[in-house]
Amino acid sequence: MTPDLECVDLIRRFGETTAVDNVSFEVPAGSFFSILGPSGCGKTTIMRMIAGFLDPTSGDIRIKGKSMAGVAPNKRPVNMVFQHLALFPMMNIADNIGYGLRRKGMARAEIARKVDEALERIGLPGIGKRKVDELSGGQKQRVAIARCMVMEPDVLLLDEPLGALDLKLREHMKIELKALQAAFDTTFVYITHDQSEALVMSDQIAVMNKGVFEQVGTARELYYRPESAFVAGFVGDSNRWRGRIERIEGGEMEMRTESGLSMRGALHGRQLSAGDTADIFVRPEAIRVARSETELASFDNRISGTVSSLLFNGAASRVLVQGGDGGEQIEVTLPQSGEYATLSKGDPVHIGWSGEQGNCFPAGAA
Amino acid sequence: MKAEAKLGFVLLLTPLLLWLVLLIFIPHIDMFLVSLRERVGVGKYETSLANYLTFFREPLYLWTFLRTAVMSTVATAITLLIAFPVSYYIAKIAKGRMQSALFLLCLIPFYVSELVRTFGWMILLRETGLVSNLLQWSGLVDQPVEMLYNDAAIMVGLVYTSMLFMVVPLVTTLESLDDSVIEAGYDLGGNAFSVMREIVIPHAAPGIVSGCIVVFMLSLGNYLTPTMLGGKDSLWFTQLIYSQFIVRFNWELGAAFGFMLLFLSSVIVWGMLRLTGQTLEKTMG
Ligand SMILES: Nc1ncnc2c1ncn2[C@@H]1O[C@H](COP(=O)(O)OP(=O)(O)OP(=O)(O)O)[C@@H](O)[C@H]1O
Ligand SMILES: [Mg+2]
Repeated sequence: MTPDLECVDLIRRFGETTAVDNVSFEVPAGSFFSILGPSGCGKTTIMRMIAGFLDPTSGDIRIKGKSMAGVAPNKRPVNMVFQHLALFPMMNIADNIGYGLRRKGMARAEIARKVDEALERIGLPGIGKRKVDELSGGQKQRVAIARCMVMEPDVLLLDEPLGALDLKLREHMKIELKALQAAFDTTFVYITHDQSEALVMSDQIAVMNKGVFEQVGTARELYYRPESAFVAGFVGDSNRWRGRIERIEGGEMEMRTESGLSMRGALHGRQLSAGDTADIFVRPEAIRVARSETELASFDNRISGTVSSLLFNGAASRVLVQGGDGGEQIEVTLPQSGEYATLSKGDPVHIGWSGEQGNCFPAGAA
Repeated sequence: MKAEAKLGFVLLLTPLLLWLVLLIFIPHIDMFLVSLRERVGVGKYETSLANYLTFFREPLYLWTFLRTAVMSTVATAITLLIAFPVSYYIAKIAKGRMQSALFLLCLIPFYVSELVRTFGWMILLRETGLVSNLLQWSGLVDQPVEMLYNDAAIMVGLVYTSMLFMVVPLVTTLESLDDSVIEAGYDLGGNAFSVMREIVIPHAAPGIVSGCIVVFMLSLGNYLTPTMLGGKDSLWFTQLIYSQFIVRFNWELGAAFGFMLLFLSSVIVWGMLRLTGQTLEKTMG
């Protein structure tokens, strides 16, 4: 089956800067594809090339197998939900949603029916006569999506559509968007710099940095098997140390960090050798906390120290542990079973993790 | 504290009030009273509507007013047609320094007094002027052509004088239109024409309306341009007012004409607003 969207060796330069550098990817029909990256990495540039507002410097974009080179934005089977939604303030909601259908030359009665259907689908029946500024942020959001969905595009592009919403609403809209995607059964390409949006909603995520795709994979793959130091640092939280590798044994290695800690980690197939400088990433939830050292006997990395601060955040509460022999503070997720509820600042604790959980990358990659 | 705030308010408002009362209200009330006087003998006056009746009884006056109104309307329309693409280019297509440079270019003619500007047109258009000479030199005509003292010359002058007052409100409203709204228009299948008609023009409507009102009023009340480019007898309504006040020394009739101009032009503006479904509040907001 041909993928709905296919980008081949896409490059876009603005004068000296290369905003998008040799990016290739495929989005299978009906899937939710996210591009995740920090601000300014070129996400919007990719989006605008797909929508047709920018021409690629080189490379090709294919939608349902057809090359889009030289096809004007209003002739492409894609629609875009803009970062600030870009609803038409001079029209009411029904006219906003019906705009694209009117352009297609559909009959009035048919448009009215489709608009009502779309309003029903987004859970806002009967608001057709309202003005744009009489809606809440979340409602506008849904209208912006409905305005594109009535066009039945092959691919829907969403450019950080939740950026303007407050946190609570954003959490809610994440779930809603996923449900809308299932309801409309359309391919979504979603760009965001918020990793939790990407992780929650996507079938596939591309992590982008400085114009290139660092890794494309499912949320799980990115989280548990980052392929580059950038991905390891960008997706999820990590404790991070830099040091020199002292020994390599099969898939395992041992390194000494700049602050003098000895640490074991896994290579996961990466090319490193003794004497190299490397970065090691360990997730806070991969680290176990214990009151006595014996509980941690099964782990090959163990540190004793004191609690230097408690970061209470409900289910995601963490502690910062200061190792006994100096060095950086280590962020550790607290188990939610209650046994550490009484933990307080200054208490001695022991922490440990298995070398398997430490992801190791050549230094300087990010 | 409260009294202080009140005092501040009064102080801030004083210049505006002084301006309004001294320069607008008092002269107009006085003018209105003058316009209601009828001279019945030497130095003897009676209150009557005779001056206003004169305006309606004498076809020349009415025709002059109609002609002025129609010409001003046409001048406004032409100004809008020229200014809109220019403003769109400045607000939406030109970027950065180009944008400010173009805007400044529109402004530069207004650094020169209106008299000098209009005189510039005379230098170009008169019988021995540049355009005439050029046409002769190129062999298109074999004798000097007079291009001044006709309606086309007046129109050119009016449009030229009014341009800035149309460009400024248009650029301001067009700039406030988010680029992504225009892009969304294209993205959803619109072409240049439909995006213009359904998105850009409705958005710019307040700017169009306020620009048109200003240009219309300025043209209607213009004295210099019609007189210089159209000649002394170009039948512009302000010339009638001028001649009643200054030449005939008939202040009573001149004042009545002034009020008719104020009243009729307000009616026209109001009618136009109704016709296009705009309101003054929307324009100001
Ligand atoms: N029209 C342009 N002219 C010159 N440079 C541009 C232009 N548009 C984008 N860039 C540059 O290209 C790079 C990528 O920009 P882009 O808008 O794609 O970033 P982004 O990933 O969408 O960022 P954000 O998350 O902040 O929206 C930036 O360095 C930007 O400065
Ligand atoms: Mg962007």
